[in-house]
Amino acid sequence: MSDNSKRITIPIGPQHPALKEPGCFTITLEGEKVVNAVVGVGYNHRGLEKACESRTYIQDLYIIERVCGICSHTHSTAFCQGVEELVGVEISPRAKFIRVIMAELERLHSHLLWLGVAAHEIGFDTLFMYSWRDRELVLDMLAMLGGNRVNYGINTLGGVRRDITPEMKELIHKTLNIVEEQNKYYIDLALHETTLAARLSGIGKLSHEDAIKYGAVGPVARASMVKDDIRVSEPYAAYDQIPVKVVTDDHCDVFGRAVVRVLEIMESISMIRFALDNMPDGDLAVKFPRKVPAGEVFSRTEAPRGEDTHYIRGNGTDKPDRVRVRAASEANWHGMQHMLEGDYLADVPIIIAAIDPCYSCTDRAFIVKDLDHGDQRVWDWQSLKRYSVDWYKKRGFDASKIKLAERRI
Amino acid sequence: MLMALFNIVIFPGLLFLGIYALFFAFLDRKLYARLQNRVGPPWFQPLADFCKLLGKETIIPQGADRRVFVSLPVFALAAVTTAFIYVPIWSVNSLFPFEGDLIVVLYLLTIPTLCFFLGGWYSTSLYATIGAVRALTQLFSYEVPLFMAMLAPAILAETWSISGISAYYAEHPLYILINIPAFLVAMVACQGKLERVPFDLPEAETEIVSGTFVEYSGRLFAIFKMAIDCELVVVSALIAAIFLPFHAANPWLGFLYFIIKTVIILILLCLFRASMARVRIEQMLMFCWKILTPLAIIQIIINLLVRGALA
Amino acid sequence: MKKGPGKIAGFALEHVFKKPATIQYPFGKLKLEESYRGKIEYDAETCIGCNICARDCPAGAIKVVNVGTKEEKSFQCRLDVGHCIFCAQCVDSCPKKCLHFSPNIELAAFSRDNLKVTM
Repeated sequence: MSDNSKRITIPIGPQHPALKEPGCFTITLEGEKVVNAVVGVGYNHRGLEKACESRTYIQDLYIIERVCGICSHTHSTAFCQGVEELVGVEISPRAKFIRVIMAELERLHSHLLWLGVAAHEIGFDTLFMYSWRDRELVLDMLAMLGGNRVNYGINTLGGVRRDITPEMKELIHKTLNIVEEQNKYYIDLALHETTLAARLSGIGKLSHEDAIKYGAVGPVARASMVKDDIRVSEPYAAYDQIPVKVVTDDHCDVFGRAVVRVLEIMESISMIRFALDNMPDGDLAVKFPRKVPAGEVFSRTEAPRGEDTHYIRGNGTDKPDRVRVRAASEANWHGMQHMLEGDYLADVPIIIAAIDPCYSCTDRAFIVKDLDHGDQRVWDWQSLKRYSVDWYKKRGFDASKIKLAERRI
Repeated sequence: MLMALFNIVIFPGLLFLGIYALFFAFLDRKLYARLQNRVGPPWFQPLADFCKLLGKETIIPQGADRRVFVSLPVFALAAVTTAFIYVPIWSVNSLFPFEGDLIVVLYLLTIPTLCFFLGGWYSTSLYATIGAVRALTQLFSYEVPLFMAMLAPAILAETWSISGISAYYAEHPLYILINIPAFLVAMVACQGKLERVPFDLPEAETEIVSGTFVEYSGRLFAIFKMAIDCELVVVSALIAAIFLPFHAANPWLGFLYFIIKTVIILILLCLFRASMARVRIEQMLMFCWKILTPLAIIQIIINLLVRGALA
Repeated sequence: MKKGPGKIAGFALEHVFKKPATIQYPFGKLKLEESYRGKIEYDAETCIGCNICARDCPAGAIKVVNVGTKEEKSFQCRLDVGHCIFCAQCVDSCPKKCLHFSPNIELAAFSRDNLKVTM
């Protein structure tokens, strides 16, 4: 009997209520069970890396910050660190501490955001509303420190741009108390609510071996007992002076990822408190040259979603030769197919959401695999354009007359 | 003849039911929002939504059977409205009570679910098909405990008419305490019937977009939505009539009692909806067959024993 | 806490009688710090027209032009709010500190041309 007659293929995306950004998951179902899943990303390619090459380092800083809306500080820290290493500048200890405080506040807001999104995916809108309400408190703190709710812009080459005053410190301590109390309740809820546990546990399995094999990072890896955290294994900024406890869990499923994240919020809160109380005095930023010497550097930071790496190649001018960003989600996509297969259709959105995917961070360059000729090649802009014009011509629409407006840089 | 027409079209028929359903939809949404520390919609929001949908273009999918596709929403609404006529409102008696109207109402309330299934099936969309199959699978799981929970009080009252049951419990109000397990079973099972969280699998927005209704738009969708809102009213009125038999001799006071009773039921249903996550289809089947059905059976046995002791 | 369904019900019920967390935007507004990075303000008196701001702007949104003569200079700042990404790098770069940011964030306009402001 052929199995194919019973199978249906259903697309989740590119536009789907469960996905916050476009990504296409082609799910083959047998009844409600997923037998095959194809992950298709690449709808959000923005050409950020290329844009970086045509701008100066100081301008790139703000482009890099906009790679990801949630982990913007982590990206700019990674970039700054890399460029500072290229130039050979050591930033002041106070700037390092401020970077850590921002990074941990960012982790706080990212994890609270995730908790809400995950709850919404499984239809638990009340938890979604409450966790996002409390996330607002963290966002207000970030806005107070950085001057913006999302792209804080606190990093600059050679240090930070704004100081933390004693009044701000007081306010952060006060707000953290509220967030901590709320979060304790969420931890309690996550561990004891039956419907939540019923929906989260046992799905999206990624064993310890598989997590290593697929190169999972961040909370996804830590929920599979992979003790992988850049803050500990390769301390950057002031993480070598602050006690960091790596939270791991042995559930190896979506429930484990939820537990790791809610416990990490508690860890972050205690780290922020420690950093605020032990912040050394010093300058905010050191003088930074406009021209960066030739050389290449590889910089790593721990984003809320996992390891974030930046590769920067300088050529002695004020513009980089090449910037390559590998956001955390990109590493976690590889295990996605494995996680999806064998689960129910109802679990697909939550399994996708469990890696806290960020589609636009992920989308970089295209390698088009030509299945007809069996070769693999990189398409340049002209050939891509030609291909798309032909594609539309075959469907009766002549697109060759359309002129694209030149983008001013 | 004129009176019958008045009853069907205006009170307690289509018009009253429609207005009360819109009010219920508002109350449900407002309470849901307040439970989540939000402001919630203004009082006219459900009406505005309804009017907006009426003005929108209705699109019928190419592969769909036009006649069936168009008639299903009307059919669902008609079934719900008909069921409402047999539910008591201002006194213990409904408009046209007869022996066995409980069964008729329960079956009339099954018709909307079947309409959802057929609507999803005839939409010929993948999401709608999955939603339709889920609606039917769900029907088989909650219907049995719901029926049994509704019939248990009837066994004690020794009548199959809703008015009879109401009158019986109005005379012996202490007997309602016996029916508390059945009340709980009915409340949980009707979450499945009304397709609300935790049992909103057929329309699970984040999974299958909106399931059965994904291809419905404009006027047809407005009617479907209205049928769902009306179903909420009818089900809570039915539960109120069977499990909360507090009546007044004065019809105006009785009507007030009706509103209070149904609103209490709505608050409970809303609290259910706000405090749980959506379950998976197989978890729902397990729950309904392994927990709700045995509970309902125990209730029936208890009621039979009590009946025997009383006789 | 014991295991069971509907654990959040009590917590949610408490909030029914509390003030909603929502701020209904046009009627109530979020309090913004003075240090919030909103629209850029410009002080033409101290400006020397070096255009470092324009050089450092990642979005190419700002430009300072001389509208006076060569001898008697008078400067104007042309800012395209539609292109501005509110990073405030120009504020940091300005050697004379003639640029600063304001917490003004209500900048929506009906036409793209209205977003181009001259200060």
